[in-house]
Amino acid sequence: MSENVAGRAIDAVWRIESPRLIAGLTRLTRDVGVAEDLAQDALVAALEQWPASGVPANPGAWLMAIAKRRAIDRFRREELGERKRDEFGHLELARSEGAPGFEASLDDDIGDDLLRLVFIACHPILSRQARVALTLRLIGGLTTAEIARAYLASEATIAQRIVRAKRTLAEARVPFEMPQGADRAGRLASVLEVVYLIFNEGYCATAGDDWLRPSLCEDALRMGRIVATLTPSDAEVHGLVALLEIQASRTHARIGPNGEPILLLDQDRSRWNRLLIRRGFEALDRAERLGGPLGPYTLQAAIAACHARASVAEDTDWVRIAALYDALLEVLPSPIVALNRAVAVGFAYGPQAGLEAVEELRFEKSLEGHYLLASVRGDLLARLGRHAEAAFEFRRAAAATENSRERTLLLDRARAAGDVDFGPRRSTQS
Amino acid sequence: MRFMLLMMPAGYGDAAPGTMPDPAAVAEMMKYNETLEKAGVLLALDGLHPPSMGARVTFAGGKATITDGPFSEAKEVVGGYWMIQVHSREEALEWAARCPAADHETIEVRQVMEFSDIPAAVRAAGSRE
Repeated sequence: MSENVAGRAIDAVWRIESPRLIAGLTRLTRDVGVAEDLAQDALVAALEQWPASGVPANPGAWLMAIAKRRAIDRFRREELGERKRDEFGHLELARSEGAPGFEASLDDDIGDDLLRLVFIACHPILSRQARVALTLRLIGGLTTAEIARAYLASEATIAQRIVRAKRTLAEARVPFEMPQGADRAGRLASVLEVVYLIFNEGYCATAGDDWLRPSLCEDALRMGRIVATLTPSDAEVHGLVALLEIQASRTHARIGPNGEPILLLDQDRSRWNRLLIRRGFEALDRAERLGGPLGPYTLQAAIAACHARASVAEDTDWVRIAALYDALLEVLPSPIVALNRAVAVGFAYGPQAGLEAVEELRFEKSLEGHYLLASVRGDLLARLGRHAEAAFEFRRAAAATENSRERTLLLDRARAAGDVDFGPRRSTQS
Repeated sequence: MRFMLLMMPAGYGDAAPGTMPDPAAVAEMMKYNETLEKAGVLLALDGLHPPSMGARVTFAGGKATITDGPFSEAKEVVGGYWMIQVHSREEALEWAARCPAADHETIEVRQVMEFSDIPAAVRAAGSRE
């Protein structure tokens, strides 16, 4: 095996094995930073040995054996150092090495260990940025350089962020445990939020020549799917996966030939990925079958599914979408959700009804001067034949947006409102 | 990026209709499938009945001609597939290498052509507008 080929093969093994490796080692050492160091030691050993010996038959077990050996060396050194016992919760484990429990403790419940690791990486004690970086690193198996590239940040910045996050976790002595009871819901919500943030970072990068960030969507989906197999009875996990699968299905339809964004209703639906849509439907079905009130991710997935079911935009079931937005507004009250609801109402019950829904938002502080509000109003007014007012709203929206492509589009619509019945229909979603 | 792992069992070309894999092999394979699923990389998979239950459609001379299976002369026929989403070709190969396949089985690893892989000119020709 040439060194380069071996290096890439080792990268692949690392991506597959590192989350479980680090999870198992965190159980042993009770410190995610130490666990990652040990896993890195094992990776270095692999880089030294595998180019000559080839990738072993069970690379995961090989890496774990090396890491464990390093762990034991480390514990012995620490014992010799006569440092205070209470600094090392893991000392007990090191001593029991050789006892039957030691081996078994690594192989049992790897899934549970992985889930504990997910909970740690997404711990609310960390900033959102830190959670994202740590999750990509520990669960996604990305290198610091890959994370830096995806977030258009310097490698040093990301490395620093990860180091600090691990220090914060160690200093707070965050336990390697499965959160229980009321705590669990909040902790799981943080996990889902992190996965969704990562997905959106990839999804909202619309630059045509930037294909690195769609891979961020793939990473988020992969992690979402992993979490779904780890917590199969949590409806919202499946709801989130459903939402991501369906949104990802539109990846190739939402960017035009010149890198310009194409909004949902204008997309060529033949370019939607049917396989991802089907997976999204299946995940949504799992979420709904688990019962209970539908959470925000499941409701958003259900809305996305309504769009996915319509083979042409004209077939969209807007009445159902409007009803789903009503439900979403209950669990996730936000002006943007309310605005999206108004758009749905406008399609379901006509522009007058939509306009009335928008009027309710006129005094919403956070929407004041927001281009979306003006743009939605403009659209509804144009459909009511109130062209002068529509043109005024489109110009106002154009002045408020910071996105130059969006501005061009809105100014076009302002012009169009002057001489035609109405321009191409738009919604705020894409 | 997506890859299709095509499982090609030798001798499947002229296997009798309704031929089923050995139950022990199926159990192993299901464990493997579960591993792919838990790793979040599995998009789809299917096993295919032998060619003796299928047919080939050829288009020589601009005309569709149907020939019923089996195809004993065919060295390689597909017996099933996995579609996976991974970060690199090496990762796809690593997953394929972990398949509990038998001596007579071969897995061909093929990358799925993504929309972004297709040159703009070809894309434009295929566009509806």
